[in-house]
Amino acid sequence: MKFIDEFRDADMAKAVLCQIHRQSKRHVRLMEFCGGHTVTIMKHGIRQLLPETIEMLSGPGCPVCVTANADLDKAIALARQPDVIITTFGDMLRVPGSRSSLQKTRADGADIRVVYSTIDALQIARENPAKAVIFIGIGFETTAPTIAASIMKAEEDGINNYYVLSLHKLCPPVIKALLDSGEVKLDGLICPGHVSTIIGSRPWEFAASDYGIACVVTGFEPLDVLQSVDMLVNQLEQGKPRVEIAYRRGVTTEGNLRAQELMNIVFEPSPASWRGMGSVPQSGLRLRKEYERFDAEQAFDIDPGPTLEHKGCICGDILRGVKTPPDCKLFRTSCTPEHPVGPCMVSSEGSCASYYHYGTV
Amino acid sequence: MEPFEDEKILLAHGSGGKLGHDLVEKGFLPSFDNPLLAKLDDSAVFDAKGRLAFTTDSYVVTPIFFPGGDIGKLAVCGTVNDLSMSGATPLYLSVSFIIEEGFSLSDLSRIVTSIQQATDEAGAKVVTGDTKVVNRGSADGLFINTAGVGIIPDGVDISGSNARVGDKVILSGPIGEHGIAIMSEREGLKFASPVISDCAPLNKLVSEMLEVSSQIHCLRDPTRGGLATTLNEFANQSKVGILIHEDAIPVQDAVRAACEMLGFDPLYVANEGRLVAVVAPDDAERVAKRMSQNKYAAEATIIGEIMEEHPERVIMRTRLGASRIVDMLVGELLPRIC
Repeated sequence: MKFIDEFRDADMAKAVLCQIHRQSKRHVRLMEFCGGHTVTIMKHGIRQLLPETIEMLSGPGCPVCVTANADLDKAIALARQPDVIITTFGDMLRVPGSRSSLQKTRADGADIRVVYSTIDALQIARENPAKAVIFIGIGFETTAPTIAASIMKAEEDGINNYYVLSLHKLCPPVIKALLDSGEVKLDGLICPGHVSTIIGSRPWEFAASDYGIACVVTGFEPLDVLQSVDMLVNQLEQGKPRVEIAYRRGVTTEGNLRAQELMNIVFEPSPASWRGMGSVPQSGLRLRKEYERFDAEQAFDIDPGPTLEHKGCICGDILRGVKTPPDCKLFRTSCTPEHPVGPCMVSSEGSCASYYHYGTV
Repeated sequence: MEPFEDEKILLAHGSGGKLGHDLVEKGFLPSFDNPLLAKLDDSAVFDAKGRLAFTTDSYVVTPIFFPGGDIGKLAVCGTVNDLSMSGATPLYLSVSFIIEEGFSLSDLSRIVTSIQQATDEAGAKVVTGDTKVVNRGSADGLFINTAGVGIIPDGVDISGSNARVGDKVILSGPIGEHGIAIMSEREGLKFASPVISDCAPLNKLVSEMLEVSSQIHCLRDPTRGGLATTLNEFANQSKVGILIHEDAIPVQDAVRAACEMLGFDPLYVANEGRLVAVVAPDDAERVAKRMSQNKYAAEATIIGEIMEEHPERVIMRTRLGASRIVDMLVGELLPRIC
C-alpha cells in the first residue's frame, strides 16, 4: 500500500462519481469546512465533475485566514518590543494586519524567525536567555496540543523566557455559530480530517442531531473527498442525517485522548474573534491560570493601535461561505498571491489562493 | 587539477600575484587544456561563421555538492543547455569563479574536474576565465559564472514564440529530480532510493532531434519554476493555449513522495537535464522516438498539445477527467537551487 496512489486512482474515482450521479436527485448544499479540502477539490477539478444537484461551498477552515486583524496587530506590536524574538509558522509572515505585516516588521529590523514546530521555538529560547521568545500560536485543535506540550516542557525545564500568543481556534463552535446565523442554508458538512484525528467525530454530532446536517469526516485525497460526497448524498437522499467517518485510517469517534488531555491541562475555552464572524463564544483557547505566566498578552504591555479593515476585501464573506473569491472585485486584480490584500490569498489553504492557482476554465 | 591536500584558498590566490598564477597554471590549465586558453592572452580569439548564440548564467547552488552533480557540472550544463535550446551547437565557454577565503582547494579541484568532464561530454571548450577571492563571509563558499557561445545551423529557427495551433508538446523525462535532490540534501531527507539530480548536457539530444525534424518550433529546459512555468512562457510568448494531460507527465515515486511531504507540486520543481519541445504534429512521434534513444531522454513522451482556445493559458486535464488552470510559479519555491 502506497497510501497516496490508491486514493487518487482514476478508475475508482470515476466509479464513485457514477454512483453520486446515479443517486443524487434533490438539490443539496454541502460545505467543506477545511481549506485542505478546498485545495483537493480545486486541484483535481472535482467540483466540475459533480452533478448540478450538488452545490459545494468553502468554509472557514484555514487558521491563517480566520485570524482577525486585531490579533495580527497584537503579534506585530509584540515584534516591535525590545529584546523580543518572535517565532511563527511561515504562513503568518505575509498576512497583512491593519497597517503592516510581520514580514514588513521584520524588514524594519524586528527579530522574527520562521519555525516548523514549537520544539524549534523552545530551542531558540534556550539559546537566547537574555531575550523573550514569543511563539505566535495559531491553528485549530490540530496544532494546539503541540503548543500545550511546549508550555509544559518549558515549565519542566525551567525555561523562563518562552511565551505564547494564543490565537487558537476551535472548529465545532464556529460551525455552530455559522448554523445559528442562518445566513447560509446547509444540508451537509465535510468535516475536517486532521482536526478530527484529535477531537474525534463525536463533537460533530450536535450538527446532525440539533440542526439536521449530514456530516462526514474525511481525508485529503480526491477519493476521500468523493467518498464523503457520496456518503453525504446518500444520507440526504434517505433523509437520515448523521455523523459518519470516511477517514478510518486517521479518525475514531473518540479522537486522540492524550492530545485532548494536554490541551485541557494548559488551555481553557474562551471567546475568540474570527475574521468575518466577530467574537464567537467558547471558540478560542486561553492559557489556564496555572500557566498564565507564559501568556504573551499578559507579560507585555502592548498597544496595537486601532484596527482597520482592508477596503473592498471580502475575505470575511468568503470564510462564511456567503461569497466566493470570483465575487470579489480585488480578486486577480489588486489582490494576487504576490501582493495579497486579504489572508485568503496568502495562505496556501486559503480559498482565494486555491481559486487563483487552480481555477477552472 | 592536482589535488591540494588540506590547503585553503587565501585572499592572495585572487590578487593577481604568484599564488594566483600558480593556481591557474597548476589548477586550471591542465584540466581545460586547449590552444585558445593556453595563450593566456586577455581575450580568447577565434573565428566563427554563421549565426551566433550567446548566453550567460551565474550559479550559487547550495549545497555545492549534491547527489548527481556539483556546482561545476551545473555551471557547464546550465549554459550548454541554454545555448542548445536555441538550437545552437555550443563551442566556447567562459568560467569565472568567485571564491570565499578559506574554501578548500581539494573541493575546488573536484569542481574543476567536473567542469572538465561536463565540457568534454558536451564537446565544448573553456577558453577564458577569471578568479576572484573575497573575504570570509562575503560569499558562501563558491559562486561560478559561465557564459557560452554557440553556432546555430542554417534553417534552424527555435523560439518560445513559435508554437502553432495543433503542435504537440514533448517532455524529455520525469520532472522535479534536481529540485528534490537539492532539497533532500538540505533537509537531511532520506529515501529508500535516493533522488539524483537530472543535471546533464542536452546539446547532443537536441542535435539528434534536429536531425529527424525541421519542424521543432520551441525548446526550453524547465529549470527554476519547473514545467508549469516553461509551458506558461510558451503560451504567453506564442499567444496560444496549451493543454496537458496529468496522467502523461512522468514523475518518479520518490519525487512524488518528497513533494507530498514538503508541500510542493512537481510541476513547479526545478529540472537541470530535461527539455520541453513543441513540435509540428506530423513530426512529433518521430522526434519523441528519436529522443527516447538518448540516455538523457529515455522516457520522452508527448504530454499535450497547442490549442486555439484559452490563449496564454495552460490547462491541465486531471486524472479524474476535469480541467484546471496551471499557473506560473508565484513567489520563491526554493531559493538557491542553481
